[in-house]
Amino acid sequence: MPFELETAANPDNLQRVVIEPVTRVEGHGKVTLLLDADNRVHQARFHIVEFRGFEKFIQGRPFTEVPVLVQRLCGICPVSHNLAASKAMDMIVGGTPPPAAEKLRRLMHMGQILQSHALHFFHLSSPDLLFGFAADAGKRNIAGLVADFPDIARQGIALRRYGQEVIRLTSGKRVHGTGVIPGGMSRNLSQDDRDYLLKEIDQVLRWSLDAVKLIKTIYSEHADLYNGFGSYRSSFMSLVREDGAMDLYHGGLRARDEHGQTIFDHVDYSRYWDYIHEEVKSWSYMKFPFIRSHGREEGWYRVGPLARINNCDFIPTPLADAERKTFKEFGGGSATHATLAYHWARMIEMLHAAEAIEELLYDDDLLSDDLLNTGERQLRGVGVIEAPRGTLIHHYRINEDEQIVRANLIVATTHNNQAMNEAIRQVALQYLDGQQLTEGLLNYIEVAIRAFDPCLSCATHAVGKMPLEVELIDAEGVMTQRLIKDSDGRYRT
Amino acid sequence: MTAPLLIFGYGNPSRGDDALGPLLLQRLETLNLPHLELLTDFQLQVEHALDLQNRERVLFIDASISCTAPYAFSRLRPQKDASYTSHVMSPMAVLHAYQELYGKPPLTYFLKVRGKSFELGEPLSSEAAANLEAAFELLQKLCAKSSLPEWEQFVTVFDSSVLPR
Repeated sequence: MPFELETAANPDNLQRVVIEPVTRVEGHGKVTLLLDADNRVHQARFHIVEFRGFEKFIQGRPFTEVPVLVQRLCGICPVSHNLAASKAMDMIVGGTPPPAAEKLRRLMHMGQILQSHALHFFHLSSPDLLFGFAADAGKRNIAGLVADFPDIARQGIALRRYGQEVIRLTSGKRVHGTGVIPGGMSRNLSQDDRDYLLKEIDQVLRWSLDAVKLIKTIYSEHADLYNGFGSYRSSFMSLVREDGAMDLYHGGLRARDEHGQTIFDHVDYSRYWDYIHEEVKSWSYMKFPFIRSHGREEGWYRVGPLARINNCDFIPTPLADAERKTFKEFGGGSATHATLAYHWARMIEMLHAAEAIEELLYDDDLLSDDLLNTGERQLRGVGVIEAPRGTLIHHYRINEDEQIVRANLIVATTHNNQAMNEAIRQVALQYLDGQQLTEGLLNYIEVAIRAFDPCLSCATHAVGKMPLEVELIDAEGVMTQRLIKDSDGRYRT
Repeated sequence: MTAPLLIFGYGNPSRGDDALGPLLLQRLETLNLPHLELLTDFQLQVEHALDLQNRERVLFIDASISCTAPYAFSRLRPQKDASYTSHVMSPMAVLHAYQELYGKPPLTYFLKVRGKSFELGEPLSSEAAANLEAAFELLQKLCAKSSLPEWEQFVTVFDSSVLPR
């Protein structure tokens, strides 16, 4: 029932609840629920209310500037945009990066996966998971985590910092790095920098393993809740390596349907549009992609950690693959479809990133100076990576003056647009339907959205710009109650 | 060795007036001042608490759409606020995380520079450019003076929102 509750039959006679913005989500999104006089849910939608204008921002720029420029699209995953754009530019300069350059990029990418997953799990999601979805809002945050679980909070900070250090040393700077260039890399890793990163990798591995253990325990102890919360079956899409292994940096596109049957496999992503189409809906700025062969109604899918764990045949690092097998066994051997299973899958990926970093750091290719390849110039480039939140597509066309004339970006949150809408509809039906609304209940909606870790890519954060506003409008369309939460956390009416 | 003074200017250089923090840092860089470290990022997150370790004093600089023009300069105290629940944290919340995890944080000040427009791809607005000049003058004075009373004399706002609850 993918589109049930998307549009109410008689919306004018319903009361509207708006959750805006959704907290612990990057950018500006809101949820609207239309309820009747008995609080029965008739419509639930997750909206993106800001037009991002990425493509326009990039048009007219020299293509060589793009890998640096796109880092400014998003303050939370600049490295993902940097790498996807650089892969597209590799095509444009006609050069496959030499092995050393690819390994340096992979190292950077694993640093990004590690830091992003650590932030999401330890600081954005674990308060819900450890205290309960409807626990006191004053406690359900990182401050509560620090007070009650200081070791977990410290590990989260240290893991995130380690990932940032990997990025700094491979890209050259903490932010706005210039290490990745079309056709390869502009710098290698020094021996000193490698030794510096190696000093802490054992600790990073142990903590990553502990994090998998933690989410596994939480999930297992509340299996009924976690398996059922906002859950539904869907198709999944991700990159996989030629041999079917998980590969977060490069591979072919694989999509499987809700029964695990292959829709397409090892597809060359440079013609992604033959397989994916983007639909526009009037009520959201964010597009709704779907798999062409399955159509608008049936072709939506999920991307991200859960899709990748379910889609791959194995993970090419031993500890993470062992955890993947445990995860699959828990799900009965087939793809686990639970929304909250994203958290478990995310921590398995974080462990994989830690293992991959260790493996790469012992590879002497990282010290090589053979870092650049160029060939025959092309006018079109497509780059795809598996970003922390899922498949990230960058597509550019340049003119003879080497300026960008067209750009299309499909970010993970866009791929997951329909899936997030579906999750909130399920939660609305399961927990809100017919109930008196409370802050705790509304947080259930946010818990479902946060499982995807959506990044709505608004790096603007100017002080005072992000209030939370909830409006209750009665069946006659009159606002009966309004509650505003300012960016400093204070409430006013 | 860790520099005793950290100046942390944050914001997205490609989002109009959000660039005020990073631009002020660029200006300061040209002065080659001793005993201070300049750091920048798009936004604050909890791991930035680690950047505060072993500092005597910290100054955060950010664009603000709500402060008085041209800027507001205030002393910060640790404060638990709702920014904990976001990809973006306030400097008060970073201080609070520091306090909870590592003990008493260093003396910290906050320079908010008034901005007007924050859209992707926009240049700095003329109002923000004027405010940047005023803020840079203040920064030069602050960097020339080291004692706490000297910094306190530049405080423009006693902001009750930064006091502990």
